Amino acid sequence: MKTATFKIWRGDAKGGEFHEYPTDVAEGMVVLDAVNQVQAMQAGDLACRWNCKAGKCGSCSAEVNGMPKLMCMTRLSELPLEKPITIEPMKAFPVIKDLVTDLSWNFRVKKKIKPFKPRPPDAPDGTWRMQQEDIDRVQEFRKCIECFLCQDVCHVLRDHQLHEKFIGPRFLIHVAALEMHPLDTEDRIEELRNAQGIGYCNITKCCTKVCPESIQITDNGIIPLKERVVDDFYDPFGWVWKRLKKLLNR
Amino acid sequence: MNEATALPRRSFGQTMRPDIWWTQPLLVFVGLSIFIVYSTWAAFQGRNYFFGNYISPFYSPEIFGDSPHSWFGPKPAWWPSWLIFSPALLVLWAPAGFRVTCYYYRGAYYKAFWADPPACTVGEPRKSYWGECSFPLVMQNVHRYFLYLALFFLWVLTYDVWEALWFIDPTTGKSSFGIGVGTAILAVNVVLLAGYTFGCHSLRHLAGGFLDQFSKSRPCYRAYACVTCFNRRHMLWAWLSLFWVGFADLYVRLCSMGIWHDLRIV
Repeated sequence: MKTATFKIWRGDAKGGEFHEYPTDVAEGMVVLDAVNQVQAMQAGDLACRWNCKAGKCGSCSAEVNGMPKLMCMTRLSELPLEKPITIEPMKAFPVIKDLVTDLSWNFRVKKKIKPFKPRPPDAPDGTWRMQQEDIDRVQEFRKCIECFLCQDVCHVLRDHQLHEKFIGPRFLIHVAALEMHPLDTEDRIEELRNAQGIGYCNITKCCTKVCPESIQITDNGIIPLKERVVDDFYDPFGWVWKRLKKLLNR
Repeated sequence: MNEATALPRRSFGQTMRPDIWWTQPLLVFVGLSIFIVYSTWAAFQGRNYFFGNYISPFYSPEIFGDSPHSWFGPKPAWWPSWLIFSPALLVLWAPAGFRVTCYYYRGAYYKAFWADPPACTVGEPRKSYWGECSFPLVMQNVHRYFLYLALFFLWVLTYDVWEALWFIDPTTGKSSFGIGVGTAILAVNVVLLAGYTFGCHSLRHLAGGFLDQFSKSRPCYRAYACVTCFNRRHMLWAWLSLFWVGFADLYVRLCSMGIWHDLRIV
């Protein structure tokens, strides 16, 4: 059986350091297996959040060799095991202990986003009618498992700590899912530009690269929202055309 | 077990990534720099930009100029003598603006030229950050206006390909149909530029992306689907068209200088 070394960050909000744990690895193992093995055999107090081990709960997010990944979906066979594998907590959020971070900021942000506001029902029984092509775009965004890897890799949150000005890719996708929904009647464009700070995104596409659900966050979510902001705030002809249409429809 | 090492502080260029993360930003930096230097040099030349029925895409549409391709004749008399004149300088700002404000290039050059960030999860050189919220980068939102210009230029370059199909016999002065290597190069240039322009994110929005209910407008939905198809490979189209437009200029230039000889295929 092969042995690999895992450099795992241990500490809390006050600080911490890397600890090296050599452990046996076998074919088919993922990073989370190795971490659980270290926890069971060498460091019983190692804090690590995990749940489904199937890439669907989004709990085991961490940074493996410097890149945000789900530990349960990162196979050891994909990593260079001849060198120590580093495992760190997500950098965009405050550390609670070891690999566990405080994600509560995300839930506070989500509460501030205007919720789904459907148009009146289409049928007397209180139901709506939608075409598949109307909902295709939104279904992609609904695949999000809220692992927050996209938030972690986003340099606006990670390096510049602009949590008060920018909601991050996860919630831009959430806004896109609401804003592009065929039944929704709410207008979130003004908030997108101001309170939610979509202008801070400079399209590095790092969020798209790390998404375990392969959601095209930048191309299908953020850029179309940026274009909607342009419609309302930066396109004088578009602005006049919209106002004219509203007047004519009265 | 438990051999402790200090957590490194992330400064510019620092990362825990063991891969060669700097390859992509470096390639983008080198590729874009070569193009910027060459196209600037070529734009300021003001000569050797046409060869018979071929005209360099850097100089088209030739609004004023000395070639037979000029729309309104030679350099106007009112042009200030102290101001450098080149037909390319009158038009090149439009396609340049289209590329500079393009969503793909923005992401690429923010990384490669401004290290903001140099690559994903790699430390940045600056602490301050304004993004595209304030001047000057808020001006990137003008992209759709450059798109309108790019669509016009595409039409002009397509006409140039048509012109490149008609060769004038120097002895009789009559024009006859033909295809030269230059014709093919200019045609490929239009195809690649069209692939790039038709995959534009702004066009995708304007074609139908602005709708919440595609089923209410079938033509918009089809247009959106078509643009989406090109958009999936927007980066590839961007680089191929950038390389080819530079090569098309070089081909016409070298033919005009007599260094290369255009081969007639038909």
